[in-house]
Amino acid sequence: MDAAPTPAAESAVVEAPVVPVVIDDEREAMVSQLRGVIGDALLEYHIKPHDDLWIRVRTDAWVAVGKAVRDVLAMDYFDFLSAMDWMPSPYGRGEDDPTAEPVERSTEVKQGYAGGATRFQIMARVMSSTRHIGVTLKADVDDANPVIDSWIPVYRGANWHERECAEMFGIGFAGHPDLRKLYLPVDFEGYPLRKDFPLLARMVKPWPGIVDVEPIPAHLDTDGGDAE
Amino acid sequence: MTLTSSDRQQLNYIASQAADARVNVEIETEGMTLNIGPQHPATHGTLRIIAKVDGEQVVWAEPAAGYMHRGYEKLTEVRSFPQVTTLVNRIDWLGSFANEVPFILAAEKLMEIEAPPRAQYIRTILFELSRIANVTLFLGDMAAQLGALTPVFYAFRDREYVLNLIEAATGGRFHPNFDRIGGLKDDLPAGFIDETRAVMKKMRSFCTLMEDVLLGNEIFQQRCRGIGVIPKDIALSYGLSGANLRASGVNWDLRRDQKLPMAWDKVDWKVWTHPDGDSFARYWVRLQETRESTLIVDRLLDSMPSGPIMAKVPRIIKVPEGEAWVSTENPLGEMGYYVVSKGDTGPFRVKIRSASFNNVSIASWVLKGVLIPDVITILASLYFILGDIDR
Repeated sequence: MDAAPTPAAESAVVEAPVVPVVIDDEREAMVSQLRGVIGDALLEYHIKPHDDLWIRVRTDAWVAVGKAVRDVLAMDYFDFLSAMDWMPSPYGRGEDDPTAEPVERSTEVKQGYAGGATRFQIMARVMSSTRHIGVTLKADVDDANPVIDSWIPVYRGANWHERECAEMFGIGFAGHPDLRKLYLPVDFEGYPLRKDFPLLARMVKPWPGIVDVEPIPAHLDTDGGDAE
Repeated sequence: MTLTSSDRQQLNYIASQAADARVNVEIETEGMTLNIGPQHPATHGTLRIIAKVDGEQVVWAEPAAGYMHRGYEKLTEVRSFPQVTTLVNRIDWLGSFANEVPFILAAEKLMEIEAPPRAQYIRTILFELSRIANVTLFLGDMAAQLGALTPVFYAFRDREYVLNLIEAATGGRFHPNFDRIGGLKDDLPAGFIDETRAVMKKMRSFCTLMEDVLLGNEIFQQRCRGIGVIPKDIALSYGLSGANLRASGVNWDLRRDQKLPMAWDKVDWKVWTHPDGDSFARYWVRLQETRESTLIVDRLLDSMPSGPIMAKVPRIIKVPEGEAWVSTENPLGEMGYYVVSKGDTGPFRVKIRSASFNNVSIASWVLKGVLIPDVITILASLYFILGDIDR
């Protein structure tokens, strides 16, 4: 029998609210609202039309900014916190032949949306559970002494994210009660997600994928080579 | 006196707070450290819970993750964009197809292409099928954690029907690797639509069966009602997502509340919430959502458009420079990818935000003050997959 969904006992169904159409004006308004609270701690922002909002803030104001977005912009939902290493990897994609001459690669640091001044950046995403709109926050972290304040007083969920970030990028979180390693063995050395940490599996054995590539025979090539 | 559910929630919350206070204030007796796992059946893999107990009460508990960390974020940096789906299949291995979709959507967003309508429909159908396959197992397994073994066999039996469908369409039961940038690898096989309708009917009767067998059961109610209550604000600040969040009364579903090039907005369906926030509410919401998913699949099959399943994409995919964040409502909760591209054939960095990571990080809060047998119920009702915590 085709059972109809009749969980009548639990009258817990809430009618779907009318979702406001999220437009870029709302994001602009959010930026100016935030600027009113944190002032010049808001360094730069980037709005990608019909997509998302990025805001870069001053490192020393990181916790204050967190509290401002939580309380003023009603971003009550903690999505994630992570870091970026903007230096391109000196090992490329790990496809080099280990017996050949090492390849020289540019390791010039170039940051993404909302700019930046350092190689490492912290990024965090928070959302509003009522307005269904989110923002990605970024903050520069000093390369020589990568430390930033912990977000645990702002969002409880930041705890594990900061532990992961600390072991993977070597970024310290001041005020974190328990910055032990989360995934890695206690005696692990190095910070695996930094770009200058080589992927050892690709170092000990040449990557086989690259030798298999043959050009497509001309009579089978229907859309004119490697279209770009 | 009858208690309304919000009264009950408040009382439970006060009780759990009181338990915290009691633990702190009472003269410390000599406690004991109890290791639950890594090889405990309640942990769905190799999660280890370290608990300090005082008698039967947990004073402090913390999950120790990392027994299955595979470093996917690093591995994506040496892969090309199409190769990444093979990796992300293995994050939540019970609902694999759903893992591919947000990554592919993020890549498509950066390339400014969109899959054709038919591909969007098929994606959504397969997405919902993987939700059904995933959550079905939870619906049976939760009972197994409470000592009732029968439902888990029903669950394994009926999940097989759904896995057969996924295998028929994609070729893989667990790791479909079927989603492509710009569309899908293949169209649906002949007979898929009729077969799916029949299976959806079976899954609906499975849901009704679980409702009859478990929800009204007195033991089940006693073990789950008022146990592991998570209030709304705590849930949000820990970043709980999916059914765990909706069971705390937050009416938020990423399938409905954001604009995605998928087909969820093409059909009518309902978001289920429950105000209690306890283990029972989490089970109840998942049960209703599974049934709702079967209805979504049915309605999508009714209105499926014809047409191509692949947009025009270059043979060698280079993704333009930029950053993109896409998250979807996966079987376990919000799963998202923060993809950074530098205009290369592979991503510069991918941050994988998996649902179970946040869902389990609340454990040390919610397990404080509960009794040891309730640890199992609460963890089971939070429902996590180890691959989804450790990535």
